[in-house]
Order: sequence, then C-alpha cells, then structure tokens
Amino acid sequence: MALSDLFPRRRKDDEFGGDGSVHPTKVLDRFLAALGGRSQPILLDLGPVVGPNVTFFGEEIGCKILVEDLSKDIDRHVTQGTFDALPAFLDTRFTQETEAIDGILCWDIFDYLDRPSADRLARQLKRVLRPQGVLLALFSTVDTRSTQATYTKHVVVDRTHLQYRPYAGARPKQRPVMSRDIQRLFEPLRITESFLLKTNLREMLFRKPPP
Amino acid sequence: MWKRDEAVKPTSAPATPTAAAVAAHHGGSPSASQPEPRQHGREVVNIGKSIVIKGELSGSEDLTIEGQVEGKIELKDNVLTIGPNGRIKAHVFAKALVVQGEVNGNVSATEKVEIRDGGSVDGDIVSPRVAIADGAHFRGSVDMQRKNAPQQTAPPRPAAPAAQPSPPRRKWPSPPRARHSRCGPVRLVPPSPQGR
Repeated sequence: MALSDLFPRRRKDDEFGGDGSVHPTKVLDRFLAALGGRSQPILLDLGPVVGPNVTFFGEEIGCKILVEDLSKDIDRHVTQGTFDALPAFLDTRFTQETEAIDGILCWDIFDYLDRPSADRLARQLKRVLRPQGVLLALFSTVDTRSTQATYTKHVVVDRTHLQYRPYAGARPKQRPVMSRDIQRLFEPLRITESFLLKTNLREMLFRKPPP
Repeated sequence: MWKRDEAVKPTSAPATPTAAAVAAHHGGSPSASQPEPRQHGREVVNIGKSIVIKGELSGSEDLTIEGQVEGKIELKDNVLTIGPNGRIKAHVFAKALVVQGEVNGNVSATEKVEIRDGGSVDGDIVSPRVAIADGAHFRGSVDMQRKNAPQQTAPPRPAAPAAQPSPPRRKWPSPPRARHSRCGPVRLVPPSPQGR
C-alpha cells in the first residue's frame, strides 16, 4: 500500500465545486508580505468584485479596498463602439490622489488593452501608487486571440493558490505583451518578482522606488 | 472557507405594510410605532413596497425595508435588511446590514455587511466583516477594521498557515542549550563557541 493511499490528496478544485480551476501563485504571497508591515494599507483592485477576495484581503492585511472594475469599462466601450476613446477615459478614470495607494491588483487586465490604453492605464497606476508600494499583474505569454471573449475572475483561495473563474466578456485577450515592453510600460517601477507559470501566465510584482 | 455567517437571515416580511410603515409614510419614525411581527423574541418592523421616506430614520428594532428611503438610516444596535424591492439613497448606520435591493450611499456597520445575490451597493462600506455574494453588485471601497489592532499578534488564519512558523523555530533551540551548558557538567557539554 502506498503512502498516498493512506493520505489521499484533496484537490483544491473539489473544495470549490469545480467551478473554476485552481492554480498555484507565487507572487501573491510576496504581494501580501510587502503590504504586511503597513498599518491599514489601501488596496486598489482593478478586477471585478469578488466577495471572497474582499474578505481575504480585509482579514489578512486589514486593508481598505477600492474596487474599480475596469473590465466593465472595457465592455462598455466595446459595446458602444467607442473603444478609441478608452485611453482618454482612462486618463480621468482614477480619482484617487497621487501616491495614495499602497498596493494595486491589476490581475490580467493589461491582456485586454491595446497599446495606447495600456500606456495611459500604467501612467495612472504609477501616479496613484505610493513610494514602496507594490503592483501585481499577470500577463499571458501565449497568443489566445482566436479564443472567445472571456474575462477571468481571480479568486484568492489562499496565499499560494488562485482560482480562475472565466466569465463572458465583450473583448478577447490581445496579443501578449513582450517582457521588455512590460518593463518599459511600468518604468520607473522596479520588477521585484517575475514568475512564468505552467499555465503560460507570467506573474509579476512591481515596486515603486522611493523618491 | 470564508466563514460566511448565516446568522443574519432575511426577515419574512408580512404582505401588508405595518403600522410602522404607515406611521413613517406620514412623516413619523417607524420605531416609535407599535411592533409588528416577532422573530425569535426580536421585534422586526417592515416598511412596505409603496412607502417612501425622506429624512432621518432611526430606531431600536430590526427593520426590513421594501420601500424607498432617502436621507439617513440609523439602527446602531439592530439588523437592517434591504429587501429585494428596497431602494435606499442614504447613509446607513446599523449593527448588521443585509442588502438584497439597492443601496446608494455610504454604509457603516459595527458587526457585518452582507450583499446578497441581486443586491447592489454603490458607496463605501465600513465594517469588520463584509460578505459579497456572487451576482451582487458593488462599487466603492471596503474598509474592514481589524478587531485585533496590533498586526503582529493577529491570530493565524487558515489562508496563511506557512507564513510565520519559521522564526520561532530558529529562536527556540538557543535558550535551552545555553541553560544546559551552564548547568550541566563541563566535560559532558563542552561550550565550544564560548571556549574559543
């Protein structure tokens, strides 16, 4: 009898009803560690509202969470046929004060943007991020443009696992952003962590240098 | 895993508007009127669908709102439930808030805020516990103050089992060794680092 028979592994999918696949994450733990030393940090979440995430981050780091669902904005511009106006919209989208945010969860939002929109969004995020603040972003490394338009809810299972829950959207993922372009996009932020996962997803953590 | 507390359950609202609702419709506070249905010994007041209240609403009973309220709602020691037909445009202060309808305005709860499937909140939430169901709409910020103020002494949570254990392990061995070398016979435990 094998040892694994005595102690069968319980799949994470089983715990969550198989609604979405659960994948390991390496960067989330570092993100939380970077925010851990701060008292009542302010977190900006650019993904859709996910109840378990709000609970997790609230309980884990006692933070204030601002939820700004950008996928809804993208959808609205796509369906109204005003996608060209998205860069200008992103210039005024964030009303937060300069250097007011301790951590930003971008998830995979940059995969859905064209270059001008990505530039404008990155500029705004760099503006609102506090020195020593951290930004988490996921980038697809394979071209999935042919697939149907779906967004992904990233549900935090624990510090080292994320559940990917796909849901229908109006815009598919765009061409993957090259590593050097990512670096340029977020300059002067420093890349502190970069992991290429088996899911062909690149997890990156950026930190804003002190002035 | 997220320990969603089901303690706050929607009140089974009576079909007809209560006396409290009628009183509120005429400009009075519903809490001042006679209590209606009782659930587990607690008084629950219902504001019906057709009721519109503009102004300040306060009281000391659990309240279910199916109508419209604009202004301010204050139920600091009670549960406020916004029913599926409820439309609130107000600052809300309550012990616990359950949202099944629409809330426009900032929300502050001393115990918990629960936005159920189909519920909608546009505003900032301040509460130690917040539960947002799938299918709920929320736009704003969530401020969950920690109950245990010092962060270092926060109890370990299920999501972070492997984050903290290493430092105590490193610290433990040194004090017993030092004590042992001091108390024990010198020839059995040679204090090599100190001897050099």
